[in-house]
Amino acid sequence: MVVVEFAASLRRHVDCPPQSVTPGSLREVLEAALLGAPELGHYVFDDQRAVRKHVAVFINREMVQDRRHLDQALSAGDRVLVIQALTGG
Amino acid sequence: MHTVLVGSRKGLFVVRGAGMHWNIAAHHFAGDPVTQVLADARDGAWYAALRMGHFGIKLRKSLDQGASWQEIAAPAFPAKPAEGPWADDNTPWSVDLLWTLVAGGVDEPGTLWAGCIPAGLFRSQDGGASWQLNMPLWEQPGRREWFGGGYDHAGVHSVLVDPRDSRHLTVAVSCGGVWQSLDAGANWALTASGMRADFMPEERVEDGNIQDPHCLVQCAADPQSLWVQHHCGIYRSTDASQSWQQIAAPAPSGFGFAVACDPRNPQRAWFVPAQADTVRIPVGGKMVVTRTDDGGATFKVFGDGLPQDHACHLVYRHALDVAADGQTLAMASTTGALWVSGNAGENWHTVSRDLPPVAAVRFVP
Repeated sequence: MVVVEFAASLRRHVDCPPQSVTPGSLREVLEAALLGAPELGHYVFDDQRAVRKHVAVFINREMVQDRRHLDQALSAGDRVLVIQALTGG
Repeated sequence: MHTVLVGSRKGLFVVRGAGMHWNIAAHHFAGDPVTQVLADARDGAWYAALRMGHFGIKLRKSLDQGASWQEIAAPAFPAKPAEGPWADDNTPWSVDLLWTLVAGGVDEPGTLWAGCIPAGLFRSQDGGASWQLNMPLWEQPGRREWFGGGYDHAGVHSVLVDPRDSRHLTVAVSCGGVWQSLDAGANWALTASGMRADFMPEERVEDGNIQDPHCLVQCAADPQSLWVQHHCGIYRSTDASQSWQQIAAPAPSGFGFAVACDPRNPQRAWFVPAQADTVRIPVGGKMVVTRTDDGGATFKVFGDGLPQDHACHLVYRHALDVAADGQTLAMASTTGALWVSGNAGENWHTVSRDLPPVAAVRFVP
């Protein structure tokens, strides 16, 4: 299974505990995890279902650079972390 | 007793009072930018549009005057087409800011209109449970010529619903002119005739499709009468936007963002001047409000109660409002001051100098 975790800054708005989902592409994994809290989807994705530019997604320790395609294949044991990119004042 | 909703960079403030006695009664969404507010006179619902720096725009609704809030759907663009005339559209099909939010007519409960950046006009017919993009305006070919006025992309900041006919809509776009529909948004016509965009190439100064109306308001008692604070001055229409007449720039300046019209008197309107588009502070550091009582022929200048020494306040386009009594006004600035007037703008009372930058000020009807 792949574990998907949403940072506290997201869970402040819509709570979603860590989700264990079936391996697949990053998009499939994220969409499956968001079934646990559908309202969180538009916090993570923009209107075109791309990762928002001030949200960062990590696969294990590597940050995902392509926000649109999300077609990386994930394997059992991988961990996905969704956080806010730190901006603003 | 009046209630005013104040949308700021760091939350929604609820302000209550009358005369010289006002206080901040509540602070909601502390820390989150609130770009627009609406208190719906038809059912008493309150709405607050949030622009979360990381997580996009959100919309919250309260049915108990702010005691509790629920998240409702926010306007969102449909999937951008991969083929067809808009496949190469350079404008992002993703809402960045909810700029204006207004109630539909009294005969269409649950209908809301939202104007956004990018310049999508959205309608809800279920009190914000769902939203649909108005495709005829979004896909009218002239949209390719629109451009951002202070933001990266053009936006819809003013939506008027004619109180005589809810299907009669007038919207203003920065920078994209004034558009009107007589059939609830099925068809649109450009109605910016008479406006001049001095910043454009000479051949296009009078091109209605690239005008920059900063704010558009309508007289409730005489819906034929409209006022616009434009990037290049003040305009008035007495024929429901079919033609516009430029008003000679009043002292100390004709530049600004906000305008409010007396709901009972189409001849009376208020403006908050700034020096110029390149110097967006009060002229000479003296904060004033101007008012015309004769349709723009003459103006009075009021500064009593407002800072008159090195003031750098700017009042954004939605941050000036007049109550239904035509006498009580409220305005707030990008420097975080909130003022009220109980005598049609002639004297002002400071409610706070310590707020975050303010985007929107609206009286609860």
